[in-house]
Amino acid sequence: MSISQIVADVSSGRVTARSQVESALARATAGEEYHALLALTDARALERADQIDGDVRAGKQVGRLAGVPFVVKDNFLAFGAPTTAASRILENFHAPLQATAVEKLEREGAICIGKSNLDAFAHGSSTENSAFGVTRNAVDQSRVAGGSSGGSAVVTALDVVPFALGTDTGGSIRQPASFNGVYGIKPSYGTVSRYGVVAMASSTDTIGCFARTIEDIELVMDVMAGQDPRDGTTLPDFFAPLPSNTQSLRIGVIEETMDDGVDQSVRDVTDEFIERLRAAGHTVETVRMPIMKSALAMYYIIVPAEISSNLARYDGVRYGRRTEAETLAELYGRSRDEGFVTENKRRIMIGSYVLSSGYFDAYYQQAQKARTLLIQEYNTLFETYDVLLSPMAPTPAFGIGENADDPIKMYLADTMTVPPSLAGLPALNIPAGTSPEGLPIGVQVIGRYRDDARIMALAHQMEDK
Amino acid sequence: MDNVTRWYNSTMSTITSDDVRQLAALSSLSLADAEVEHLRQDLGAILQYISELSELNTEGVAPTYQVTGLENVMREDVIVYDEADRDALLALAPKSRASQVEVPKVL
Repeated sequence: MSISQIVADVSSGRVTARSQVESALARATAGEEYHALLALTDARALERADQIDGDVRAGKQVGRLAGVPFVVKDNFLAFGAPTTAASRILENFHAPLQATAVEKLEREGAICIGKSNLDAFAHGSSTENSAFGVTRNAVDQSRVAGGSSGGSAVVTALDVVPFALGTDTGGSIRQPASFNGVYGIKPSYGTVSRYGVVAMASSTDTIGCFARTIEDIELVMDVMAGQDPRDGTTLPDFFAPLPSNTQSLRIGVIEETMDDGVDQSVRDVTDEFIERLRAAGHTVETVRMPIMKSALAMYYIIVPAEISSNLARYDGVRYGRRTEAETLAELYGRSRDEGFVTENKRRIMIGSYVLSSGYFDAYYQQAQKARTLLIQEYNTLFETYDVLLSPMAPTPAFGIGENADDPIKMYLADTMTVPPSLAGLPALNIPAGTSPEGLPIGVQVIGRYRDDARIMALAHQMEDK
Repeated sequence: MDNVTRWYNSTMSTITSDDVRQLAALSSLSLADAEVEHLRQDLGAILQYISELSELNTEGVAPTYQVTGLENVMREDVIVYDEADRDALLALAPKSRASQVEVPKVL
């Protein structure tokens, strides 16, 4: 059921918010084998539902999301269950406050029913790096959910809830959306407050969502967007959904994302989507973006650098897991060693390396200069093209365990998602087709900075074409 | 091969167990011995991959640290206590005493 249908039913009293929450909880329990959720927030959810139902009976105004159940990725501070970031170090961390995004949704009557699995601290592309076990793909349980927001993608695909929240630093919403066949948006950097969300790489971290229709995506983003005094990087609210696109757009397909290294099934689905775009009256041309080949290296310098800084706060002293030791240094070291998964350690140590004085200019500074060149290439293309298009990932969902022992192979899954992240651009996964084995394949639509509404309007137009 | 590339390659080939231990110390991670060799291989491969970036010509290019263009975002200098108070925050500490977070003796 669409969000607007639920809201209409609940606010008119035709159905209760309680029944919406109860059936979502039942669906969550029925889907336990996917291991998409780390915890249910059932007691709090039912309490909130009763409150909303009471307001409806009393004739009070209820919000734009009244009675709509949703799931948060477990790196959003949210009440009702611990906020773990799928890590041991935060295993028993009960958030003392809620993320701004969660607060805004609740203010409109949405009800959080559970917290979804992720790669610990959102470090990964498959949800295999969770300290609490892997999440299974919604379409084929032998395959990964994608990541890092794998749990949120799966609960959306399984219709447990109409929408779920994710974070996207380098593809963590878009790639699992593609792997499970749902919409997933990474908005322009600064659209939604990062306050109360476990920080990964502050210069590319964004908050977005998964849903099964573009209209639902637009509604949720409209509620979450806006400036927050608690996050100095948020932009004054610019986002307003547009009607379905009717213009003829100029669309550039990035040639470097369609080469031999990309799975044939992915190229086929993308080509078919391009034909659908042409049939809808758009001009689609191939464009070149030579800097694409350097983007992944930039990302895996800049992001670990920011991670090493952001994760320094987990020390076992002020909150989180603590391992007792004789000295303070040993207490820090052992709490962190036991509290982080291997991929967290890799990234922290690479970050320490690229930021150390002898290497700073050669790695970190070089990457930030390269980032400028990347942005310049985008800007040049956007002088001619309204939106850019690429596959979402080089392959459909890969097998569980297939890339787990090779960090570089895993990083390569992010090839197409990291460039928009480094440039702060809005990008959307559109479910576009399936592989011969029936695995979902998505295409990525990339917009100009702050042109989020246009890529959604285009997706809207293509929804039934 | 320019000097920077040559320098990269020379550091690459020399990621030793001691380097890993040094990085771990800088990162406040007490690694188990078994983790050191594993991480030496992983970090070596990752550093080799990211070192490819040295081949990109960035002469005269200014670095980008942020994309919003927002600068010096100010707010009123007023303390707001509308969220977690001191007791709630102290309650999160694994060990505390007399409204203080407790740690092993430092001096």
